[in-house]
Amino acid sequence: MSTPQAPVLAVEGLTKRYPGVTALDGMSFEVRPHEVVGLVGENGAGKSTLLKTLIGQVRPDEGKIRLQGEPVTLRGVAHAGSQGIGMVFQEQSLVPNITVAENILLGAEREGVRTGVYRWGAMKALAQQQLDKIGSSIDPGARTDTLTFAQRQMVEVAKVLTIEERTTVEPVILLDEPTSVLERREIATLFKQIERLRQRASVVFVSHRLEEVLEVSDRIYVLRNGQVVAEVDPHDTSPADLHRLLIGRESDGGHYHEDAQEPCDEAPLRLRVEDLMTAGCRSVTFDIRAGEVLGVAGVQGSGREEVCRALFGATRFSRGRVTLDDRRLRLRSPRAAVRAGVGYVPSQRRTDGIVPPMSVAANMSMAYVGEICRGPLLQGKRERGLVDRWIERLGIKTPSTTTAIGTLSGGNQQKVVLGRWMVGEDLRLLILDHPTRGLDVGAKSDVYALIRDLASAGCAVLLLSDTLEEMIALSHRVVVMKDGEVVKTVDTPRGAKPDPVVILEEMV
Amino acid sequence: MSASSEGPTAVARVRERRPRGADVVHAYASLAALFAMVVVFSALSPQFRSVDNLTSMVDSAAVLAVVTVGITFVLMLGAIDLSVEGVIAACSLAVALLVANTRTGFDLGVAGVGLAILLGAGFGLLSGLLSTLLRIPSFMTTLGVYAIGLGVATLLFAGVRPVVEDPWLNGWASDRFLGLTLASYIAAGAVLVGWLIQRYTRVGRYAFAIGGAEDITRLSGVPVARYKAIAFAVAGAFYGLGAVMATSQLGSGVVEAGTGLNFAAIAAAVIGGTMLAGGRGGVLQSMIGVLVLTVLLNGLILAGVSPYAQRAVHGVIVVAAVVAATWPVRHRLGVVK
Repeated sequence: MSTPQAPVLAVEGLTKRYPGVTALDGMSFEVRPHEVVGLVGENGAGKSTLLKTLIGQVRPDEGKIRLQGEPVTLRGVAHAGSQGIGMVFQEQSLVPNITVAENILLGAEREGVRTGVYRWGAMKALAQQQLDKIGSSIDPGARTDTLTFAQRQMVEVAKVLTIEERTTVEPVILLDEPTSVLERREIATLFKQIERLRQRASVVFVSHRLEEVLEVSDRIYVLRNGQVVAEVDPHDTSPADLHRLLIGRESDGGHYHEDAQEPCDEAPLRLRVEDLMTAGCRSVTFDIRAGEVLGVAGVQGSGREEVCRALFGATRFSRGRVTLDDRRLRLRSPRAAVRAGVGYVPSQRRTDGIVPPMSVAANMSMAYVGEICRGPLLQGKRERGLVDRWIERLGIKTPSTTTAIGTLSGGNQQKVVLGRWMVGEDLRLLILDHPTRGLDVGAKSDVYALIRDLASAGCAVLLLSDTLEEMIALSHRVVVMKDGEVVKTVDTPRGAKPDPVVILEEMV
Repeated sequence: MSASSEGPTAVARVRERRPRGADVVHAYASLAALFAMVVVFSALSPQFRSVDNLTSMVDSAAVLAVVTVGITFVLMLGAIDLSVEGVIAACSLAVALLVANTRTGFDLGVAGVGLAILLGAGFGLLSGLLSTLLRIPSFMTTLGVYAIGLGVATLLFAGVRPVVEDPWLNGWASDRFLGLTLASYIAAGAVLVGWLIQRYTRVGRYAFAIGGAEDITRLSGVPVARYKAIAFAVAGAFYGLGAVMATSQLGSGVVEAGTGLNFAAIAAAVIGGTMLAGGRGGVLQSMIGVLVLTVLLNGLILAGVSPYAQRAVHGVIVVAAVVAATWPVRHRLGVVK
């Protein structure tokens, strides 16, 4: 642990209440000069509210934020920047269609713009100064959307560092889940940047990935229910220890509810896909039994996403046969798929999975509106009854059925999306495209349990997954796709799960 | 995390694949289409390739070009402007009454033209402020401003057409240099100014950034509402100039001076690659669209399409051209509003 010095940033008793939920509940912590502080917590622990408070997007109800010992009231992102707090946002915050230089200097161009007129030479030189700070060779004149994701993240870091010129104090840089969309190699580069960054700033590193937080941080605060529940030294803490602190309960081996995997060798074939061809896959053949979870593994470009979309009628296939319970399916549209008893949980929950401003009830009932109609009219009472039942069964935490789903945590949103399909009496096949993406540990476990329940009830499940461990643990069998074809099928029965390497070898 | 190379990177790659020079491809495609049309029409009709016809095409494109420069700024924001015809009506009457004319005693000349352009900017600013301050979608506020503009024009018209007697302003439509009317040179100058605004000024660059990602631009500390309003005002000024040019061509202040221009300007911009979603295209791309539309319309007339059917055929062609121009960037499951 670093030697205690006067903190650059101190948060004292920060409290923020929203209707029905206390996001921050007297949170206190401090960041010392040139320190990398890790913040970990499950979804709903208060991480995002805390960060929004620190960059002035949210005003706290109670509590103080002190910078260099002085209490400050932050009035917005730009103001927070002028006080020395900058943030690299989780969803990248660069405008895609303008140049790197413009992005770095956006809103604070200084001598790059004189009386409203751009001086491109000066703009690029100023941007180059920022890029030099992190030793980046990115061309400041390049259009931002021509860069790779990792390059854009470097631009973000360079952009945040402009606050050095706007303040006299050393800045505090907040990194919100910076590794969540990076590859291993890119993460290593980012960590090097963080080491560089700490020469000139203090860093707050927020992440789901416990190993990474342990690797990069000097100190770690564990957040739970809007409070700091522990401060740990990463040098004598294991990921398992941290995980225990995080969820506040023992993490047993039953994370994937493997015991609940029921064999289905005797069950009838539910889905047969024969020689399917669509854009991105050449010839795909596989089947799924009733009650079976089938994982589809493959790298980007293997065609597995395309198969999912074709099976849900979202893209057409040019050749092949799809039979569900011995009936041939014509999948002209998602509607046809839903009618045939197929459900789909998309990977992009916020854009494809939910309608954020609509109520929990409407989001849950939208696929099977027929269930709650009498004639052409919606029956509000039936909808409420049905939705209430499922909210209870799925353990969804929401103030009410009329709450806008966009205000719930990711885990609860995903449960509503799953519930949407479970409402259907006759769901035969559920396609899960990365169902646990962006969910915290506890919510993942709940989703796993739901998948087990669905399978036990006889529904066939087609699963694409973020990690092979997850896919292997959940599936009865895994098919491996490569270059648009199925290249191998691996049995993954309960109690005899294969090593991920077996599958990985086939994928690449 | 042995397979961490799977899911998360999918997001990254998809994002990377997205535009990457799509604008450039689009601009080239529109340009290629323009050349193809010119070649085909020239081969089919000797009349088309005559110098007279070429100059008359340029002259007839002048007003549309200026108006399209203006609307490009609004479209770059991701907003829309339906006030064009109303603003042009008001500005047309205003300029006709402010320069030497048959109805009022004013004889302001250049100042009158300047005031008409300022009036256009004022209407634009009104649209912009209504949209940003009241947070009402621009299609609604600009429809309102359209009606206001027509109303103002009708009041100014007061039943008696003001005929322009200012020789300088009348000269815009009649004086020629190298075969082209002054209006064409003014339009070329306006396009250049529009391009400079887009490339070298805050309002131009911010309009582009706002159209690309409004929330991010706001988070970066840019006063988004202010620059949106200014972009609308810039657009309005160009409509004002377009109105002055149309008035010069018509010889008097006319309420209907802008009829059909709103649709044509939006269509031209979209054909050129200035997408309605914002943040794409620009002044020069829009000009390609203006030329495409002008050549098409000219070809239509030369092909002998009945004057009665011309409007309908024009509409069909515009829709077809927009479909062709936007085909590569449409998404099957995308949401169209």
